[in-house]
Amino acid sequence: MFRWDLVWQYLTLQDPNSVFLNALWTTVWISVLAQAIGVILGLFLALMRMSRYPFLNWPARAYIWFFRGSPLLVQVLLLYDGLPRVLSSLLLPAWACVVVAFSLNEGAYMSEIVRAGITSVDPGQMEAAKSLGMRFSLGMRRIILPQAARVIIPPLGNEFNNMLKTTSIASVIGLIELTGAAETYGSQDFVIFELLIVATVYYLLLTTIWGFIQAWIENRLDPNRKLKTDINQKTLAARMLGFGSPRTGGVGTITGGR
Amino acid sequence: MSDTRDTLPAGYRGESGLEMVRAEKIVKRFGDLTVLNGVDLSVKRGQVVVIIGPSGSGKTTMLRCINHLEKIDDGRIYIEGELMGYRIVNGKPVEDREANIARIRAQIGFVFQRFNLFPHMTALENIIEAPIHVLHESKDVVVERAHSLLAKVGLAEKANAFPHRLSGGQQQRVAIARALAMNPKLMLFDEATSALDPELVGEVLKVMRQLAEEGMTMVVVTHEMGFARDVADHVIFMDKAVIVEQGTPEQVFDHCENERTRNFLGMIK
Repeated sequence: MFRWDLVWQYLTLQDPNSVFLNALWTTVWISVLAQAIGVILGLFLALMRMSRYPFLNWPARAYIWFFRGSPLLVQVLLLYDGLPRVLSSLLLPAWACVVVAFSLNEGAYMSEIVRAGITSVDPGQMEAAKSLGMRFSLGMRRIILPQAARVIIPPLGNEFNNMLKTTSIASVIGLIELTGAAETYGSQDFVIFELLIVATVYYLLLTTIWGFIQAWIENRLDPNRKLKTDINQKTLAARMLGFGSPRTGGVGTITGGR
Repeated sequence: MSDTRDTLPAGYRGESGLEMVRAEKIVKRFGDLTVLNGVDLSVKRGQVVVIIGPSGSGKTTMLRCINHLEKIDDGRIYIEGELMGYRIVNGKPVEDREANIARIRAQIGFVFQRFNLFPHMTALENIIEAPIHVLHESKDVVVERAHSLLAKVGLAEKANAFPHRLSGGQQQRVAIARALAMNPKLMLFDEATSALDPELVGEVLKVMRQLAEEGMTMVVVTHEMGFARDVADHVIFMDKAVIVEQGTPEQVFDHCENERTRNFLGMIK
């Protein structure tokens, strides 16, 4: 018998112990933290990767190769199962393993996005900055990165969308995020299916809300803002499904899903 | 290990003090292609030196070597007696520290063919950016200077305009104002009007002419022969990585001695 009552109860956060409320929060804060660290890491990796010094260039390439070349789940498990064997004094709790693995992984993907953004800026910009007496770091900070941001932010938005969903992997090591909550609490009374439906609804809620935020951000960044009216003319359904110009959340992305 | 800032002995000083630019036997290669093959250059304070020549002659590269936007493979460049881009370690030139290069660059204004204005900033913000963040001058002082520079190039009302809203000639004038905001002692112009529509060339040349009349030391790479004839103190004709002929505008344009110079000028007419 299908427990619609349970679905409703959990969906409206009326469950005892506020299981899904906490799980929702866990999903969100892990995503935000891992993405934030990933962006910063990606920036440094991109600069290392573009350096002409081999001692910066090669480690960056090796790092990117490893983290893009192996599955995220395996990286999480290596940390969770492997770290205690190697450093028995350092026992990272499940959430820390997830945040570390996700951040390191995301850094590798972000580095390619950041690199694409930086190289998209006209080389004349840095030349102008240098000829005005700016050092490389100042030119990067004030001139190049603000322009690179326009190219970086749309794929970054897609990365965060992926991140929200990829947190479900953490359920494998027992973390109570949305998927973990559904599996753990659902197994108690054989209502996994019902709770997975609840989790799915919450994932859709998160990604849809993010979709609107992303579109708003990209709209703000568009220099032709006043001329573009098609955002407002698209139907709700079209916007939700991400149709539009590649700048405003189109279907094609640079990195795709994992 | 000795590390000295190589400065010129007194014998190199020109009549009006140190030469602003002294380049000795500059060699520059891009892979197999030699773009500068032993070029010497001397620019005195207040002089306007114009470099002409066919494309590929090395004239733009020579200009870019002066403020070390291009590294050199041999030779030395001195900016008012100070070695540019390198320091001498154990008798050999070694790439200088970024801070030193940036410091010297801040005293040289460079105007690009493609303007290279910062698109995410207004005209005013373009101009005040470097004085504030490189020279650490106070914002009020810099803003005031920026307004007067904009007025000087005839764009006082465009202070809050973004570059993409300005015509090419207007953008280039903002670029010149941006370079002047750093109070440079030397201005380098890399084909400053070559990317402009013909009717916009005049307004930029007018600004350059005014600068020259005010006594700015300028090295100008250009195809504008009228400007060269009227404004230059010294004209240099380059072809195939060397200086072929140089002299006063009269000497080069009216009484040139070299066949190649004559051919080039004939083509220009």
